[in-house]
Amino acid sequence: MQNESVVLRVEDVVKHLGGQRILDGVSLTVKKGRLKVLIGPSGAGKSTLLQCINFLLPPDEGKVFLDGREINGKSKKELLWLRQRVGMIFQDFNLFDHLTAMENVRVALIKVKKMDKRAATHRAMEELARVGLADKAGLYPAQLSGGQKQRVSVARALAMDPAVMLLDEPTSALDPELIGEVLAVIRDLADAGMTMIMATHQIGFSSSLADEFLFMEKGRIIERGAPSDLLARGSCSRTMAFCAKLSELSGEMGG
Amino acid sequence: MDGMLKALTASWEALPYILGGVWWTLGLIIGAMAVGLVLGVPLAVGQVYGTRPVRRLASLYVWLFRGVPILVQLYLFYFGILAYLSRFEVLAFLHLDSAFTAAVLVLGLTSAAYQSQIFRGAIQSLPEGQLKAARALGMTDTTAISTIILPQALRLSIPAWSNEYSILLKDSALAFVIGVLEIMSRTRSVAATTHQPLPLSILAGLIFFVLTWAGIKALKTLEAKVRMEGYSHQGSL
Amino acid sequence: MNEALAFAFERVIPGLNAGLWASIGIIVPAALLGVAIGVTAGTLRVYGGVWPRRITNCYVSLFRGTPLVVQLYFWYFALPYVSVGGVNLILSPVQAAIIGFALCSGAYQSEYIRGGLLSIKRGQLLAAQALGITPLHCILSVVLPQAFRRALPGCGNEIIYLIKYSSLASIITVNELTGVGRGIAKATFQNTEVYVIVGLYYLALVTLAGWLLRLIENRLSIPGFEVKNS
Repeated sequence: MQNESVVLRVEDVVKHLGGQRILDGVSLTVKKGRLKVLIGPSGAGKSTLLQCINFLLPPDEGKVFLDGREINGKSKKELLWLRQRVGMIFQDFNLFDHLTAMENVRVALIKVKKMDKRAATHRAMEELARVGLADKAGLYPAQLSGGQKQRVSVARALAMDPAVMLLDEPTSALDPELIGEVLAVIRDLADAGMTMIMATHQIGFSSSLADEFLFMEKGRIIERGAPSDLLARGSCSRTMAFCAKLSELSGEMGG
Repeated sequence: MDGMLKALTASWEALPYILGGVWWTLGLIIGAMAVGLVLGVPLAVGQVYGTRPVRRLASLYVWLFRGVPILVQLYLFYFGILAYLSRFEVLAFLHLDSAFTAAVLVLGLTSAAYQSQIFRGAIQSLPEGQLKAARALGMTDTTAISTIILPQALRLSIPAWSNEYSILLKDSALAFVIGVLEIMSRTRSVAATTHQPLPLSILAGLIFFVLTWAGIKALKTLEAKVRMEGYSHQGSL
Repeated sequence: MNEALAFAFERVIPGLNAGLWASIGIIVPAALLGVAIGVTAGTLRVYGGVWPRRITNCYVSLFRGTPLVVQLYFWYFALPYVSVGGVNLILSPVQAAIIGFALCSGAYQSEYIRGGLLSIKRGQLLAAQALGITPLHCILSVVLPQAFRRALPGCGNEIIYLIKYSSLASIITVNELTGVGRGIAKATFQNTEVYVIVGLYYLALVTLAGWLLRLIENRLSIPGFEVKNS
């Protein structure tokens, strides 16, 4: 029963950017330990939705609940609490360029969680080891490959003990041969029971892990369901059509 | 109120005389830019492609002229070196020992050091394949540099080069110390006789300010005229 | 030659050494003040509201658009004619020099600071926000350390310029290196010799400062923020 508790709930979120309605009433619920995957064409609002969830872009309308608590975005303290509890992985990593891999993971522990330096360092090293980068701890972002940078950013988010992780196309900026190492880390997270929402074009990979696919288009979720249903042979879902198009372009699917 | 009126009258009456200095100022800038260009290009080529001694010499030049203040150079050239050379009658006859010559030389020699750094940066920013391809076509290095490398490098240098204009404009005001009748020197002499340094120094500042922005505008237009597809503003200092 | 050397050591060097200290006494406070002004103005130009931004932009284009001599002339010769509540604003030559150099240098410094701040990608701020880092800590531990490294070479160059332009203080009667040199040259008629030696003093100062600045840059250099050789 505890496994079924709702971690995050989003209700009718609307967001306008530059005069355009980017999110047009999106709702979703994520239970503990589940992985929701957002798919859909670029410009559908996936990235905006993720940024609305942790109020990097405050929603214009709608509600966001974390651990049953409504976030209204008015209280700064509450916002900081929300962001500590929600880990975010960006498409282009956004590692702090002036800090080493270890310092990147450690900085928020010290500045936000007020941990003492030694404990924070210890924790940072643990997280780096978890993503297989303990030996790169002293290197700066400029010295890491794209895949390594993304793994550091995962470690940075994990160190905060997030209740839920938002992954915004974590492999889109990577060279094809580097995608695998990041996907492996995400698979480990899923296996360990991390609650996640991920926007991605890696349909094949995520269909084996996701509990639910949410297909977005023009700021709405227009289709949702288990990957196996949406991608079933003979299904005429929008998801299926989109995936067929993707695989036509990249030759990647199913596996 | 009375003082204000006096100040304005003095400025108004002095305006034509001070504006007459603009020609001298522009003359200094144009002369110095020309000297700087003529010396700066070979200095840059020498620094990039020269043999070891040539590179050393070029660097020594740059170090010297970037390290000594223009004011000190003006004194040195005008009261020292040119005063000595003026013993030779030919030079004196050609007015090559004048304060104007000394100022153009000093500003130009210093500008050459800075300009060579601009050109050097531009040459080094060109892909190596350019020189290789030219050599592969059977060009000598001299031909390759003058027909392939420099035309590209000079285009890339234009934005930084227009910066050089505003630097020279401001440095040219120093020429008053050796008596060149440019804007600053005229302002000072009028201020000394009218006892109105406040409005007059503001007036001089205004004239320089207008010259700075007009020059930058003009050079931007020039830049747009000679722009080539694929050569952007990148590398502007 | 021997005579020239004797002349240099007996008359020129001791005088110039005194002038050198006077120069340093102007350069150091002006450089420090200039950096402080530059950081303030640069930050306002990037993060300030509409009016602070307009005012600092005006300040910068005014001081970058007019010659330093004119500015010094204003501070020393013209300002005493301004009276505020009956009190005339009279500055000593050294005060006028320090204020003039600092205000001019600050305008240039602010350009580098501004460039450094603008070079910080939006993603850096987003990531800091996403971790729940407060705005103050974001500026202190993410923005400033990066901006400072990017701005450092430019700011260093500006200090080198300041060293050379400190010679202009002699125009407003400060007896620093150039002023002392001019006095000796006038008294002895040995113009070439004296000014060559003065030039060497500046070369030494500038070279030393450049070397020091490079040392600092290398100390602070980290991968991804290397100083490009100028």
